[in-house]
Amino acid sequence: MRKCFILLGRELANFFRSPLAYTVLCFFLVLTGFNFQYGVSSLNLVPLTTTIVEAFFNNIFFWFPFVLIFPLITMRIFSEEYKLGTIEPLMTAPVRDWQVVLAKYFAALIFFIILWLPSLLYFVVFQTTTEFRAAEAVGSYLGAYSMLLLIGMFYTALGCLASALTQNQIVAAIIGFCLTCLMFFMSLISFISPQISPTLRALTSYLSPIEHMAEFSQGIFDTRPVVYYVSLTVLALYLTLQIFQSRRWKTA
Amino acid sequence: MIEVEQLTKRYAGVTALEGISFHVGKGEIVGFLGPNGAGKSTTMRILAGYMPPSSGRASVAGYDVVRESLRAREHVGYMPENVPLYQEMRVVEYLRYRAALKGVRGRKITERVNDVLELCNLSDVARKLIGTLSKGYRQRVGLADAMVHEPDLLILDEPTIGLDPNQIRQVRDLIRNLARHHTILLSSHILSEVELTCHRVIIINQGKIEALDTPQNLRHRLRTGGEIRLEIHTETPETAAAQIKTLAGIRSAEWQTEDDWHHFQLQVETDTDPREALFAHCVKQGWKVRELSLTRTSLEDVFVEMTQPE
Repeated sequence: MRKCFILLGRELANFFRSPLAYTVLCFFLVLTGFNFQYGVSSLNLVPLTTTIVEAFFNNIFFWFPFVLIFPLITMRIFSEEYKLGTIEPLMTAPVRDWQVVLAKYFAALIFFIILWLPSLLYFVVFQTTTEFRAAEAVGSYLGAYSMLLLIGMFYTALGCLASALTQNQIVAAIIGFCLTCLMFFMSLISFISPQISPTLRALTSYLSPIEHMAEFSQGIFDTRPVVYYVSLTVLALYLTLQIFQSRRWKTA
Repeated sequence: MIEVEQLTKRYAGVTALEGISFHVGKGEIVGFLGPNGAGKSTTMRILAGYMPPSSGRASVAGYDVVRESLRAREHVGYMPENVPLYQEMRVVEYLRYRAALKGVRGRKITERVNDVLELCNLSDVARKLIGTLSKGYRQRVGLADAMVHEPDLLILDEPTIGLDPNQIRQVRDLIRNLARHHTILLSSHILSEVELTCHRVIIINQGKIEALDTPQNLRHRLRTGGEIRLEIHTETPETAAAQIKTLAGIRSAEWQTEDDWHHFQLQVETDTDPREALFAHCVKQGWKVRELSLTRTSLEDVFVEMTQPE
């Protein structure tokens, strides 16, 4: 466990040593800031039934940067080590493969959480500058942010899996992007072809992160998406570990 | 310290190692010698626990490198070829991280890091980013990393590759000093270096061990012990050559002529020095002598003879 924390510390520090982290942070702040501004101005124009928290987490300007961000966070996480050859000193130190995988995964996840921290400030600003409440109840925050974490956990694991596959960061980013998009847009099938069978429609809406977020940001807690995301995260991490280990058994 | 038995490694279709066996005792410096692609790095990677062998057994410090990999890795300091390092870390930062990762704890970390910084002459670049360091410094950071956790065994893959002659000398001195506390296995294709630093040499070629002995003994193994250059003036070089060949200790004689002077190249038997007898013979025959010198076989000749394809 101690080894995990040492590895985690380095991985996390490594994010902030590269300009990539700051670029991603900047890009992300601009987009979420725009999203917030959009939510506030639409509340101004027409009377809506939603709160600002719901509006913030349930529109295209939220989902667009959200899906895009994972490949950027995770693409270098294994690929860079393969490419630079630093995997060799790393894996000849007395550390287990799963320790390395977990440390890298949690570093990426923590970075993802850090990205979202400033967004909390938006609601504080909203509450203090207007006499409106940002959400009806604290459950709305809890729901929205825990769904953010749940989807984040799974998509970060998918990104790690993609990065473990290749030593090329661009390729890792593209594979990661495809995987997250596949999981995300699966739920939109019913929009694309309206004549699909009702079973398939029901299934895709069960798996839809958009539906999950809509529900959770109202403060409604459902265990099904929790089980869904946690189990898929574990599966993705298990596969990542297997891919990471397979490197030992093949080429030089 | 190292036990290797029938170690074999196959990559997709290629056999990199074919059943090699050797052992290295405590406190020895052993040199791994061989042309590129002979299997040096593969062997070292297996010993360092980076990858498992296809078959065979290897253990370091009494721990099997596959079954007790973690234990084995704790006792090995490994410096990979070309020394891959995290470019964006500072030297001291990197060494502290590596020390902690290898199980050095608490206050001991600072102590060990300072020790290796000093030992490897890195104190003046301790706060610099690794990415900005020159090749020579990076090599030494790699070396410092390898020994930061006080391993019993150091495995160094090409520790002097890409260094200038002064740096090579520094690293060589460093390695020789280290031998007091560590067992060292190093690979190289610079023969003079191995000859100077190593107690024993393993010559490996195409995945097989060609020879395993002290540098001195390896030289004895060759059929010739050296070459004598003799330059004489005589009217009848053919008879002179025939006479010289009959002298004790001379294996063969070849000659060429260049403005009245005849250059003889004489192959000498191992452990003999026929120069005095040769000179006496020349005097007796009344040949004028301009040069008479002996060059002993170097490890380089051994290497070439053993690793050259038939």
